[in-house]
Amino acid sequence: MPGLVHVTTTINGNQTDFLCEPRQSLLECLRDVVGMTGSKEGCNDGNCGACTVNLDGRIVTSCLVLGVEAQGAEVNTIEGVASAEGLHPIQQSFLENAALQCGICTPGFIVAAKALLEAEPDADEARIRHWLAGNLCRCTGYDKIVRAVIDAGERMRA
Amino acid sequence: MTTANQVLSEVEYEVVGKRPVRPDGVDKVTGRAQYGADLELTGLLHARVLRSPHAHARINSIDTSRAEALAGVRAVVTAADLPFAALSREDLSNDYNRFKFLSDNFLASDKALYRGHAVAAVAAENAHIAEAALDLIDVDYEVLEPVIDVRAAMQDGAPLLHDDLVHTSAMGEISDKPSNVASYMKFDKGDTAAGFANSDVIVEREFTTASVHQGYIEPHNATAHWRADGQINIWCSTQGAFVVRANTADVLRIDVSSVRVTPMEIGGGFGGKVTFYLEPVAALLSRKAGAPVKVLMSRTEVFEGSGPAPGSWMRVKMGADSAGKITAAEIELAFEAGAYPGSPVMQGATCAFACYELENGTVEGYDVVVNKPKTAAYRAPGSPQAAFGVEQVVDELCQKLGVDPVEFRLNNTVTEGSRKVEGPVFQKIGLVECLEAARNHEHYRSPLEGSNRGRGIAAGFWMNRGFHSSVNMTVNPDGTVNLIEGSVDIGGSRASIAQQAAETLGIAYDEIKPQVVDTDSIGFTMVTGGSRTTFATGWAAILAAEDVKQQMVQRAASIWDVPVEDVEYDGGEIRHKSEELSFTFKDLARQLYTTGGGITGTASLDPTGEGNSFGVHLVDVEVDPETGKTEVLRYTAIQDAGKAVHPSYVEGQIQGGAVQGIGWALNEEYYFGDNGQMMNSSFLDYRMPTSLDLPMIDTVIVEVANPGHPYGVRGVGEVPIVPPLAAVANAVGHATNQRLTSLPITPGSVLEATL
Repeated sequence: MPGLVHVTTTINGNQTDFLCEPRQSLLECLRDVVGMTGSKEGCNDGNCGACTVNLDGRIVTSCLVLGVEAQGAEVNTIEGVASAEGLHPIQQSFLENAALQCGICTPGFIVAAKALLEAEPDADEARIRHWLAGNLCRCTGYDKIVRAVIDAGERMRA
Repeated sequence: MTTANQVLSEVEYEVVGKRPVRPDGVDKVTGRAQYGADLELTGLLHARVLRSPHAHARINSIDTSRAEALAGVRAVVTAADLPFAALSREDLSNDYNRFKFLSDNFLASDKALYRGHAVAAVAAENAHIAEAALDLIDVDYEVLEPVIDVRAAMQDGAPLLHDDLVHTSAMGEISDKPSNVASYMKFDKGDTAAGFANSDVIVEREFTTASVHQGYIEPHNATAHWRADGQINIWCSTQGAFVVRANTADVLRIDVSSVRVTPMEIGGGFGGKVTFYLEPVAALLSRKAGAPVKVLMSRTEVFEGSGPAPGSWMRVKMGADSAGKITAAEIELAFEAGAYPGSPVMQGATCAFACYELENGTVEGYDVVVNKPKTAAYRAPGSPQAAFGVEQVVDELCQKLGVDPVEFRLNNTVTEGSRKVEGPVFQKIGLVECLEAARNHEHYRSPLEGSNRGRGIAAGFWMNRGFHSSVNMTVNPDGTVNLIEGSVDIGGSRASIAQQAAETLGIAYDEIKPQVVDTDSIGFTMVTGGSRTTFATGWAAILAAEDVKQQMVQRAASIWDVPVEDVEYDGGEIRHKSEELSFTFKDLARQLYTTGGGITGTASLDPTGEGNSFGVHLVDVEVDPETGKTEVLRYTAIQDAGKAVHPSYVEGQIQGGAVQGIGWALNEEYYFGDNGQMMNSSFLDYRMPTSLDLPMIDTVIVEVANPGHPYGVRGVGEVPIVPPLAAVANAVGHATNQRLTSLPITPGSVLEATL
């Protein structure tokens, strides 16, 4: 049994300390150690995007990042997208555009889309399709997701 | 933005047909929705499953002692822990094979029949220990030759999966020796040979389709707690909690009332979570360990140990006369069942020619076991494969006759009163309206320009199902209504069921609070599948709402002290027919507790009249002559929904089904090595469509009201996956002047056909 490592990180703006094994992924640490289960495991090898989180301003599949790599980093997850004031425009747009069916891929899509729109709120369909190609959805055929992200961009520009 | 999606409505309602936000939406966009893997319980152990590395092997022995000795391991189970192990052939008599197959697919006893077949499981203090323990289980395998192709499996001398599997033919004859053919069926109508003799054009081709996976993003998971008092609690990802309850009780030989199943939120299923794999294993581990146990599949386990939809071989022959009328049609289908009998070949057979008025037709089907995972339902099971063959042959008939493919289909379409080859007669259906919508659509009317491009069209059918559903509805003192249902919500059904309840009660949509509950808390409800949920559970909600209305009328009559016949319920108001007495729903709700108590409406039903669904898809593709890669340029899907209760989620079903079909047509396949091992069991190598591979999927919802439902609803989830395989193949065929008869249509197969 390997020894546990003490990790100090910032999750959704809050300083968080946790103990993990060196082999544990950030996804595992978030879900099983910290108890934040909003990030989902669909493949555990970086191909589905359901575990997408924002690490120091860059989106990553958290199943391919080690928990110890979060030391000193800023981690932003789906749990930090809404605020006390209410839903983020992307979340509202996903709801109103029926951009989810089963919902398991939704956290990853929202975290990924937020990173895009914060940098490029006027991203067009082609750009959005390219950006979201790392997130698999099996229910929607992507149509309503892409429309929701376009719509969210309009809301964020307004 | 919505111009890409049209709804051609016959009837308008207040709530049904609107697009409200789904009740479970906020939890799902904030990461708070509780899926099975998210569950945490006090003292929870974590389990992993050991799976056969061989596609076909006899299991001589399993030694778990080293695993049991590992620190942190709390329980190990094998097939020896299942009741089947203690039962003899005499005990089970005629039920022997059925029960053995059921039991063995949870944990293999004498043979492993596919790579990925579960042979043992370990529960430990954490998943890493459980995984390490799997390596310490010693299984003595005697490796046998596998057979993974359906035609090879049907040959004399093929390796046999089951030593005693015999089948009964359509004529009632029992085969004289065991084979891999589990069943054979044949249907006839008219005189097929005479029909072909009267045809001017005949097309006959063979087709194959590869095994494909349902591809839900959430892997299978189950948590079980076998309590000290014998009660088993199960939390899992399933399309049907009552199916999990029944089959768990069956395989463990206990009463159904000993099992309570709580369906967690489900991360996709598409039919693949009607079947289940982990729940009894988790229960056995829990009994041994005396603690709750959670078991999760990895993505590789999902590919190798669950699903898939069957690979198939088909021969299709169709004839038409010079006037463009089909004179005869026949199809032979052989479907891979996987390791145990039960492919959807019957459904494939009954869907194959469902779009065409046939005087003469013959349909034959074979259910064949092969060394692959036992196939599971996948959206309109069997119908997409059959349509892949039939719709291409129809397209070729049109080419030979020089007729427009929509006109040809209109000329041969089924309508109310048409009789299918296997017997049933259609009620009111909407295929003509779908074909007319296709003909009138701007997509079909604009010419396709550019080289290496082709346009394809195909139709599809699914029969839809009714089955049991139950709903309870309780009126709250603030005028809202709790709606309790047993149908797990896989894509917006809380909304579509609440809408029907609100419509019936004449109150606002957001006054209805739907909740999906466990098997102890609601009456029997069949799976969320077969395009039945919005139809049947929606209908249960309508009946429960009618029950509430009747009780509200009775209560008003008793408050006013007037005969109940003098009181009526009208659009959310309860009023006296002649006097100036009335309550709004809210007013009366507020008084219920002080005027005789609360009101609960209930309904359980098993409706028939589900109403069949048809769809017509149009697709434009461009094929790169250098690489053979096919790009989808434009896609339009047209479907009769009867009445779209929530048009956005109907569009979503259509778009999602169409894209799964595009993946099936162009990308997806189980790729096997020589020894029957799946070589591409990851999302990197089993490539499902991404957002980058696709255009928008335009939709037209046609509404030909189903006379078998109060609001005219037909199921919508299945049929959209039926036409795309053939529509894409027809489009590629026109772009390349070659018929592509094997799926998937990969760049390699296109180059092979064209170079």
